[in-house]
Amino acid sequence: MTGPGLSADLLLRRDESFELALDISIPPGRTTALLGPNGSGKSTAVAAIAGLLPIDTGEITLNDTVLDNPDRGVFVPVDQRRLGVVFQDYLLFPHLTVLENVAFGLRSRKISKDEASSRARQWLARLGLGGMGGSKPGDLSGGQAQRVALARALVIEPDLLLLDEPLAALDVTTRTELRQTLEEHLEAFPGPRLLITHDPTEAFILADDIHIIEAGSVTQSGTADEIRLRPRTPYAADLAGSNLVSGFAIAGDVETGTQTLRIADTGISGPVFLTIHPTAIAVYRHPPEGSPRNSWATNIERVEQLGMRVRLRTGAPLPLTIEVTDSARTDLGLAPGSPVWIAFKATEIGVQPGQ
Amino acid sequence: MVLGVLGIGFFVLPFVGLLGRVPWSDLPALLSGPIVTDALRLSAIASAAATAISLIIGLPLAWLLARAEFPGRAVIRGIVTLPLVLPPVVGGAALLFALGRRGLIGEPLNEATGLILPFSTWGVIVATTFVAMPFLVITVEGALRNMDRRYEGAAATLGARRWTVIRRVTLPMIGPSLVAGLVLTWARAFGEFGATITFAGNLQGRTQTLPLAVFVALESDRDTAVAISLIMVVVALVVLIALRGRWGRAM
Repeated sequence: MTGPGLSADLLLRRDESFELALDISIPPGRTTALLGPNGSGKSTAVAAIAGLLPIDTGEITLNDTVLDNPDRGVFVPVDQRRLGVVFQDYLLFPHLTVLENVAFGLRSRKISKDEASSRARQWLARLGLGGMGGSKPGDLSGGQAQRVALARALVIEPDLLLLDEPLAALDVTTRTELRQTLEEHLEAFPGPRLLITHDPTEAFILADDIHIIEAGSVTQSGTADEIRLRPRTPYAADLAGSNLVSGFAIAGDVETGTQTLRIADTGISGPVFLTIHPTAIAVYRHPPEGSPRNSWATNIERVEQLGMRVRLRTGAPLPLTIEVTDSARTDLGLAPGSPVWIAFKATEIGVQPGQ
Repeated sequence: MVLGVLGIGFFVLPFVGLLGRVPWSDLPALLSGPIVTDALRLSAIASAAATAISLIIGLPLAWLLARAEFPGRAVIRGIVTLPLVLPPVVGGAALLFALGRRGLIGEPLNEATGLILPFSTWGVIVATTFVAMPFLVITVEGALRNMDRRYEGAAATLGARRWTVIRRVTLPMIGPSLVAGLVLTWARAFGEFGATITFAGNLQGRTQTLPLAVFVALESDRDTAVAISLIMVVVALVVLIALRGRWGRAM
């Protein structure tokens, strides 16, 4: 397929034991995430699209230009593909200043030194790094380095934006802040955008479309909602099934609107995202006794069999996905409509600052 | 503790002995004599030339060893490092058999160009380069191997062609190691003795470098020998001090 945007339909054999099969297309102005565990082939996909690794069969096109098609003997070398890549751990050149790093792509394209510097300065200012041009990458914080990497990728006005685990190297607080920055700049970037990540939250928040990649092939594609509601593989179910709840934290309490949850971190305050793993929630027919701090009465709305495990969906006041063993389901006699009590510990809740 | 102090003494005392024998008042006269100035000039030329040649062919060689996949690479790396462990005299002898007038390459070379390497200043340069270049190759090869190649990929995605990547990313990133390698190479070339005397001989003004002049002077003129030794100790100290700042980053 050709047309505006990126289209990659490829097969790439790295060695005897690993093969990447990918068929994705991203129209201009849309963000697609490739979401998968480590070793699933995400980095290989980046390398293939960037032109660092030639593909074995298939075709990669960007805005009607064929970048790689071994059958037709076409291979556009990496330095001639107009890409903006933000690499995992950024890869800022340590011997160059921040300004020289950002100007690097322009200088490589034979733009005069003054022009390159002035454009680089503008992008640094746009990313809130106005005074940092003279610093060396080694003196930057993780968040600053990430912004420099973003500026370096965007300043060349690329045809495609490729982000390889852009937030993975950051601590939780910086990550939230940078996710917002990233969201703004993704929004403003007119071309297709490809986000590589292993973090479902990142993919769900930043991407319009998600491809789940496992062991070298895409196992499910769809919007965030489609994947969350109908996971088709255990991995997708695991990713999607983690309950994501937003709320407002004050001194260890999180107000979700319908329910107040107790979390272990009493120091955090303000908007938060909570994640609660489905297996961390216990189900009872009677009010539970003892330590769990979060507990309420609800109804089972849906029961789904996943092999030896069963996924339950509860109703008001706060709908959650719960996973129990098949034998527990039988013992408790759980069916759609059953009244139950659920309980989970404060320490089982993952907390991330929200926007 | 005691053994440690003994160790210190073992290194310090010879230099104290040397300094004790320096004829300080005659030093200017001794160092300006023709034997010393000839040897100094030759040493300067030979060590600079050896360093330059090492840079010109040693750097690409290091590149090949670090980056190219070819059969027999391990063997070639072994051969390149051989001069580091081989007695320099043996190296000189090997050069003589290969490049001497009747040597494997020397004979056709002589017939074609009339060039005779042994017992000429060119011979001194060949001998010192042979012994000193491995320092550059090994240091730079290690740096190229340890370098994170993803930086080169990043530069390429930014539109840099191969030469731009080498010039603006690879070489600056291995810069400290390259400088350290060059300094080590130069220092080794400056002190070269065995291969030079074997291959190039010991002719004042043509092939007699400072170490060779010391060796000869020890027999005949002790004061001159001490004076030349003093120059070499000072040069070695300067090199060590210059390197100290870079050592941590490069190694």
